[in-house]
Amino acid sequence: MGILSSSIARKVAMALSALFLIFFLLMHVTINLISVCSPDTFNEISHFMGTNPLVQFGMQPILIIGVVFHFVMGFVLELRNRKAVGVNSYAKNNGAANSSWVSRNMIYSGLAILAFIVLHFIDFWFPEINVKYIQGDMSGLHDGEFRYYHELHAKFSNPIRVGAYVLAFVFLALHLLHGFQSAFQSMGMNNKYSKCVRNFGKTYAIVVPLLFIFIALFHHFTH
Amino acid sequence: MNLTLKIWRQKDANTKGKMVDYKVTDISEHMSFLEMMDVLNEQLVNSGEEPVAFDHDCREGICGMCSLYINGEAHGPDRGITTCQLHMRMFNDGDTIYIEPWRAAAFPVIKDLVVDRMAFERIQQAGGYISVNTSGNTQDANALPISKHAADEAMDAAACIGCGACVATCKNSSAMLFVGAKVTQYALLPQGKVEAADRVTNMVHQMDLEGFGNCTNTGACEIECPKGITLVNIARMNREFLKASLKG
Repeated sequence: MGILSSSIARKVAMALSALFLIFFLLMHVTINLISVCSPDTFNEISHFMGTNPLVQFGMQPILIIGVVFHFVMGFVLELRNRKAVGVNSYAKNNGAANSSWVSRNMIYSGLAILAFIVLHFIDFWFPEINVKYIQGDMSGLHDGEFRYYHELHAKFSNPIRVGAYVLAFVFLALHLLHGFQSAFQSMGMNNKYSKCVRNFGKTYAIVVPLLFIFIALFHHFTH
Repeated sequence: MNLTLKIWRQKDANTKGKMVDYKVTDISEHMSFLEMMDVLNEQLVNSGEEPVAFDHDCREGICGMCSLYINGEAHGPDRGITTCQLHMRMFNDGDTIYIEPWRAAAFPVIKDLVVDRMAFERIQQAGGYISVNTSGNTQDANALPISKHAADEAMDAAACIGCGACVATCKNSSAMLFVGAKVTQYALLPQGKVEAADRVTNMVHQMDLEGFGNCTNTGACEIECPKGITLVNIARMNREFLKASLKG
């Protein structure tokens, strides 16, 4: 794998892609929050993001590569680690005595998030690609009005979808609770500022998914 | 106290092992864990059975030989100790105690509770040293100024006894706490800086070749380490490795 042939390089690559996705989440939640405050502004931002060539053909592919790299590398590391453990496992292993549940189960919280991303793409991304690039309608309009807010609002009328989203955000919180500070440790940062990073990471891991949950519930109950 | 022991028995590296139950009686709470194992072995020898093989040497927590996974934890339920420093007062009368060898593909079982930890030796040989002339013309140690902070940190890293508890307790069988301690020990001192880039590159390369896993920062290793080696050492190793990689 060339540059990723060493275990530490793989750790650092994982951490860098994680920090990129953490930054993206912040952007995503900010735009989603605007949908709660001002449908018109949300429509305008959505239209800009959905039609701007730099966003569509520059940032979007980078984001998709970032997501795919993060989960593919996650699987690669998990498989390598399972191989390193060997065939015999402990008859009794008290993992809770020395580490947190979230840190030991990143692969499972990650898999739950991956399943959510598939659902999220089916819900929003594929229909957008269909309208814009297959049907060729770049206007963003439906019956003479911007369609983005209306589509978002309509999607969250379904309680099963809202339930799935809320559950996914809980897994996202669990993943971030370990992942945020872990990324800094992997990149070699463990010093007097680490306590601050850990606390900020925990706050981020709770607040951002809570905001996503709030937005989903808001659109569900105001429908 | 009377105890039930569930112990991993394995004839040799090529034979399949299994957990076997034993009973020991009249164990004093003042005994060390290894003394309790001695009592069991005496019992087994007297009854014509094969005694349980386990690693031990100094029995004062410094040699790094003892290596038992007791009740799901490396070196047992106490903190900052090796198995030989674990006392039976940590257990209660009637307890069932699981005793297993370190588990890792890079630490194959040789017999019963004894594992082959030569992988650590090979990592050390790959770079865990400084090249100095020992012809007799050694210079005064104080000729090289070293800050108190660096000396203390290097000394803390040098406390690693290479027992392998970090690997045993890691869910990924990662050896990064061990390698991190060895890299740190030299990286902080002027004598170690000369070969720092080669050292970290070669030790990490050997660690990967031995088949140890990737660290996922669960922190279990620093909790179970008998010598209090911390994750700070892994972060430093990562930095040193990145620095060396960028240098080319």
